[in-house]
Amino acid sequence: MTSVASETVPAGGVVHADEPIVRLRHPGRWVAAGVLVVLLAMLVHFVATAPKLRLDLVAGYLFEQSILSGLLVTLELTVVAMALGVLLGTVLAIMRLSANPLLRGAAGAYVWLFRGTPILVQLLFWFFLGTVLPKISLGIPFGPQWVEWGTNTVITQFTAAILGLGLNEAAYMAEIVRAGIKSVDPGQTEAAHALGMNPVTTYRRVVLPQAARLIVPPTANETISMLKLTSLVLVIGLPELTTTAQLIYGRNFQQIPLLIVASIWYLVLTTLLTLLQSRIERRTNRGTVPLRARKRVRFAMGADR
Amino acid sequence: MTPMVEAVGVRKRFGDNEVLKGIDMTVGRGEVVSLLGPSGSGKSTFLRCINHLERIDGGEINVDGRLVGYRRHDGKKYELRSREIAAARRGVGMVFQRFNLFPHRTAVENVMEAPVFVKRTHKDEARREALALLDRVGLADRADAYPAMLSGGQQQRVAIARALAMSPSLMLFDEPTSALDPELVGEVLEVMKGLAKDGMTMIVVTHEIGFAREVCDRVVFMDAGVVVEQGVPDDVLLNPAHERTRAFLSRVL
Ligand SMILES: Nc1ncnc2c1ncn2[C@@H]1O[C@H](COP(=O)(O)OP(=O)(O)O)[C@@H](O)[C@H]1O
Ligand SMILES: [Mg+2]
Repeated sequence: MTSVASETVPAGGVVHADEPIVRLRHPGRWVAAGVLVVLLAMLVHFVATAPKLRLDLVAGYLFEQSILSGLLVTLELTVVAMALGVLLGTVLAIMRLSANPLLRGAAGAYVWLFRGTPILVQLLFWFFLGTVLPKISLGIPFGPQWVEWGTNTVITQFTAAILGLGLNEAAYMAEIVRAGIKSVDPGQTEAAHALGMNPVTTYRRVVLPQAARLIVPPTANETISMLKLTSLVLVIGLPELTTTAQLIYGRNFQQIPLLIVASIWYLVLTTLLTLLQSRIERRTNRGTVPLRARKRVRFAMGADR
Repeated sequence: MTPMVEAVGVRKRFGDNEVLKGIDMTVGRGEVVSLLGPSGSGKSTFLRCINHLERIDGGEINVDGRLVGYRRHDGKKYELRSREIAAARRGVGMVFQRFNLFPHRTAVENVMEAPVFVKRTHKDEARREALALLDRVGLADRADAYPAMLSGGQQQRVAIARALAMSPSLMLFDEPTSALDPELVGEVLEVMKGLAKDGMTMIVVTHEIGFAREVCDRVVFMDAGVVVEQGVPDDVLLNPAHERTRAFLSRVL
């Protein structure tokens, strides 16, 4: 024991404190960087020298009229379907957490049905609903009906797409919102009730804002995946971004340039959504102390006393 | 004058576990009562029954002359709707062991929340009143701090201000200082002492025997779901009549 100690702290009193420090080297990083540089050079070479790629077409079609209106449809579908998904999903989540077994069961059945069947099937189902249910009417069940519409006039391509995407999304959002709500300390609900808040105010002012911290990141994910999922409406012939690109290359056989055009727009939208996400997260994280600030807070608390 | 709280034969069961076995208790207006008893004796459950956070299985509770949780009509008790229950709770303030402040709102927003969203007070007025309440608990300078930036004692004082914002006629405290570091207990008890002096009716579950002796008009000792004994603090605390009270006091003193 004493010999070990005398090795680290030499009895002779030699001072080691001024010795230079040699930092750990990372040769692997240099190798990886080299490989990446070579791959990037190959890609640039390919893009620059492949005449079939037709970058001029990419630039030309990027702001072409039908591409832009397809982009607008994609945006509309994403916004409306997500709004439906979030609203209905929140209602379903609250139903699943309710004390009423009927509400719980109904919400559970909904999630089971809409998560359990492919979204493509659901889209087609809404689109072809008119073939089995030619008329939709409003009135007393099994009694007189007041108004009646032809199913095919009510369920246009757009409504079919919204129903297909939105109702499916609600099933996933229900699970996300439910997990968020369950993460909120039950003491919060109790405090709200003790202050005289009714159940609706308690959810709106106390539970949901706190659940939002857990709900926002996966919801942003869902929105980004919805953006790309909208391309599935191809099957019911609604001309959103991908369908439009496909229609154009069906005529001129410039598949790759048009797919690049579509990809560029999807990337732009995804980037914007990511920025929006971090802005919203900054809001929902209000009141939580970031790790870096903890030390300062403790100091402030000590100084305050 | 009707008493502030009148509990008669209150029973509460969780499954097979009968937690309250017929509690009788009367608390007069302006009276400060401390509720003592070993852990698990049903003190919290009883407090929660008083503002209907728990539904009782037998007996009845009247607060300020009004039946809790039910409406009496034609010799029957009709269960109230959740909105009516919520309205009835406004007259009763509650302070919890773990504060339960809303972490996403600042101190002053915590205090304003119920006046604005329950009583529909105008925001500016609610804010003015909230700042006055924070001043009363000695936290005027911390109004814009989030709960996570406050010490435990400060959080509990904000929680008291939040409960007072609804101008309750009765305050329930469930071990308000048990989650605090010892050096922070005093500041919270000081605020409660001030409230008692101002004539607030209070029921306080606490292990702070000193507070019970100094501030309370009466001490109620509970064990295993029944009231074992009660009386003025010096009698119960210095000359307990029951063996169970003696055993408990010897452990906490
Ligand atoms: N929500 C609940 N569900 C089941 N048992 C409970 C619940 N709340 C309290 N209890 C039980 O009731 C008994 C009394 O609890 P409590 O009123 O918290 O006692 P105290 O506050 O005196 O320590 C304990 O045995 C506890 O386990
Ligand atoms: Mg307790």
